[in-house]
Amino acid sequence: MTDLESRPPFARANLRRRTFVGYLLGGATLAVAADLSLGNPAYAAVPSLPQIPELYDLGDLQTDAARPTANLIRIVINTDGTASFELPRMEVGQGITTSTAMIIAEELDLPVDKVHVSLAPARPELMFNQLTGGSNTTVSTYTPIRVAAAIARNALLGAAAIELGSIVALLTSKEGVITGPTGASVSYADLATKAASPTTQAVSVTLAPRSSFTVIGTPQNRVDALAAVTGRKTFTLDLEIPGALPTMVCRPPTLNGSPRSISNRAQVLAMPGVTHVEAVDTGVAVRAATFGQCIDAVRALVVVWNPGSVEGESDATVLAKLRAAEIPLAVPPIPLLAQTVEAEFTFMFRSSAALEPNCAVADVRADHATVWAGLKAPIVAQTEIAAAVGLPVEKVTVNVVTGGGSFGHKLFNDAAVEAAKISQKMGVPVKLMWHRADEPRQGRVHPMATSRIRATVLLGQVLTFEQRHTSVSTDFGHGLGEMISHNLDKLPTGLGNLGFAETIFTLTQELPYDFGVVTQLLNECDMRFNTGSMRNIYSPDVACANELMVDRLAALTGQDPVAFRLAFLKNSRVKDVLRKVAAVGQWGRSMPAGMAQGVAVHSEYKGATAVLVEIDCRPATVNRPIVNGVTGPRVTKAVIAVDAGLVINPRGLEAQMMGGVSDGIALALTSSLHLRDGHFLEASWDNYFYTREWNAPLDFQCIVMPSTSEQPGGAGEAGVAASVSAVACAYARATGTMPTRFPINHDQLSFTVKPFVPPIPESPTDGLSHTF
Amino acid sequence: MGQHTFILNGSTVTVNVDDDVRLLWVLRDVLGITGPKYGCGINVCKACTSHINGKAFNPCSVQVKDIGPTDQVTTIEGLPATVGAELHPMQEAWLENDVAQCGYCQPGQIMAAVAKVNQVHAAGRELTDADLDEIRNICRCGTYSRIRTAIRAGAEAM
Repeated sequence: MTDLESRPPFARANLRRRTFVGYLLGGATLAVAADLSLGNPAYAAVPSLPQIPELYDLGDLQTDAARPTANLIRIVINTDGTASFELPRMEVGQGITTSTAMIIAEELDLPVDKVHVSLAPARPELMFNQLTGGSNTTVSTYTPIRVAAAIARNALLGAAAIELGSIVALLTSKEGVITGPTGASVSYADLATKAASPTTQAVSVTLAPRSSFTVIGTPQNRVDALAAVTGRKTFTLDLEIPGALPTMVCRPPTLNGSPRSISNRAQVLAMPGVTHVEAVDTGVAVRAATFGQCIDAVRALVVVWNPGSVEGESDATVLAKLRAAEIPLAVPPIPLLAQTVEAEFTFMFRSSAALEPNCAVADVRADHATVWAGLKAPIVAQTEIAAAVGLPVEKVTVNVVTGGGSFGHKLFNDAAVEAAKISQKMGVPVKLMWHRADEPRQGRVHPMATSRIRATVLLGQVLTFEQRHTSVSTDFGHGLGEMISHNLDKLPTGLGNLGFAETIFTLTQELPYDFGVVTQLLNECDMRFNTGSMRNIYSPDVACANELMVDRLAALTGQDPVAFRLAFLKNSRVKDVLRKVAAVGQWGRSMPAGMAQGVAVHSEYKGATAVLVEIDCRPATVNRPIVNGVTGPRVTKAVIAVDAGLVINPRGLEAQMMGGVSDGIALALTSSLHLRDGHFLEASWDNYFYTREWNAPLDFQCIVMPSTSEQPGGAGEAGVAASVSAVACAYARATGTMPTRFPINHDQLSFTVKPFVPPIPESPTDGLSHTF
Repeated sequence: MGQHTFILNGSTVTVNVDDDVRLLWVLRDVLGITGPKYGCGINVCKACTSHINGKAFNPCSVQVKDIGPTDQVTTIEGLPATVGAELHPMQEAWLENDVAQCGYCQPGQIMAAVAKVNQVHAAGRELTDADLDEIRNICRCGTYSRIRTAIRAGAEAM
């Protein structure tokens, strides 16, 4: 067994006591800056063995993509002693405003609550470096933010030395106050203007070693927690932009249809509250005094529709196309006595919609446009809005608003571009909101995919492991696509976006086992769907297929699933997280018939995760009644261990792992879209079954592994893949049948399908009969 | 256009709006009360959960004409005042457990949690897992485990 322990996982990012250059900016108050590409070293050529993501992964691509741009980030010390920073990333719940405030607080010796982190609007000069995705935010911004903060602290110390008649070496800074040897002190508030630099100048700074950290690595609550629990946290739909009245769109009955004509425009215009009715390419937009009146108007519209992009298609016809597109397995020569194990797994369409629906505010005038939306790729949005409304890019302002969840959904600017088009056509500002029913039926989905695996085994050793992953095309024509080439990706090559998708696949997929000859290939076909990079992109499906196969290989060789994995895992960090969940989760404890444990591992984002779950598949649990809800097997316990390198905020990391487990449960057991006759059937959260309280684990434990690394890893997506895999493995062990179609309940349609015309359901009126 | 009067977060309000407009839009679009969120509009996601006369309800599914002048509507904005404090114990428990992720569902979650605990306490019972399983509010960030922990802690303090 080759162990990679000899290769320090983060040796390439040895930042200890490195000196960096940043800038003191000229101005009236202290402002500092650093280049956003600092601290991200270049890498050697990509080797063929070990697998690519072990040495150069998607995060490295993102980091490298930013390298040539001179992109400054600025920290300002305000005269009230606080620090302000505009983060060129988007907060969608993953906690980066909190962790960024912690990083700044650490270097500045300022309390976390005195650091104000807001989201930067689209900054075209940042080019590729304003994308939130790939769990890469902290990895790519950690060093530049520290450099800027450290320069600010040095400037404050310099000014304080003059104020206090001392020298810097004798001063101490703590919680925004600098104290001299005599006990006299001066606050950052007093120093903000005195420390200001009259001119912009380059200065060097040495960063503190992690042994001196007092904030980084300590559990901190979210900086926006109070706003969230009091209802004061502001989302796009809460913005009060003058004149931006509620606006919704009557959408076509089949996927990606378009309006041909409106039969009753005048009648709908005369409805209470309605101000405008206009056709756009995606449907017929209505603007009214309230969203309630928009809903009524959308339902009243009579529209003649052009056909959609997948007329007549269903799950079965798309699946047949995928099977036809599968790249053949080609086992290399193996000894005659070797056993061959083969399986094919199918993963149905899933919706990546957040709870906050697609929405945007747009105010498009003759000579300029302003848009507010939750956007993880605002520079792309700015470009596409400009093109859509025929304005120069510099005349389009794109404001980034905190998002109510993303899960990959907000990498796209669908609502922002649509709102801009509607505002232009109506000639007034609009506050556009998608109805919930619009999201699964017309919104972004995770593509249907198959994963075929063939492995060969001889004398307890795995000789080969081949995987062919075949997917409906994943749309990277937005943010991650921006990394390689925003325009190139959009070229009609006639080959789909195979080349690009394969790049992403190759940069993210890593089989963590020594299984002899390993090949993992992706093929994509069928570009007619609105797809996207749902949280963790390919990994939940690929890992689920792999880990089920690993359990089968363990069974075939007569070994325990944990022992088998430990014997074949390559990386000590992955082994450590597996050992941890096995110990904490009491792997191997006896369980009643119909219940079982399952375990799985995953390695991505410069880290490792392992998940152990216990599942209850007994009839009394599976059939427990919940009105309009899917019950099914219940994950009663989940234990997740994560090694994410240097952890900024363990409390935030634990939250991300918890979300990853909830996603994994839904992906394995309950959440999918059904395609029939050219449209998706789901139109409600009681149709699309994301995990609910009655599906949530009764016992959840997260272990954040200690790490001596100087390098943060990714967190936002790291919990999903191992979770879905562990649930699938547990289900297989509890029922004695390995599931091959996900989610396992897909064949059972658990709801009454809502009508497609009108496209959205009526608002109920019986709410007072359902109080508690 | 009808005139409708009710008590919102302790103060009497009167709005001019058509009878059939659902209360959620009266709150959000007419009165500017944005704590209750839209997540579905059909009483499924529960993001708009508020209280009417102390009980949980979903204003997306109630016409404004069905709210009377003596009806007390409480949104997340008015929850602390019901206990005469800066924050309700359930909000404190939420902060203590750092429950929120994106935060979009959280006002509705907290309002549902308070009503659920009141319901259980009124029945003279202790909160059980079965009670928590009855809460239908969607959290798409999946922070269900912390929600359960926080509700138990909040119930202790209520």
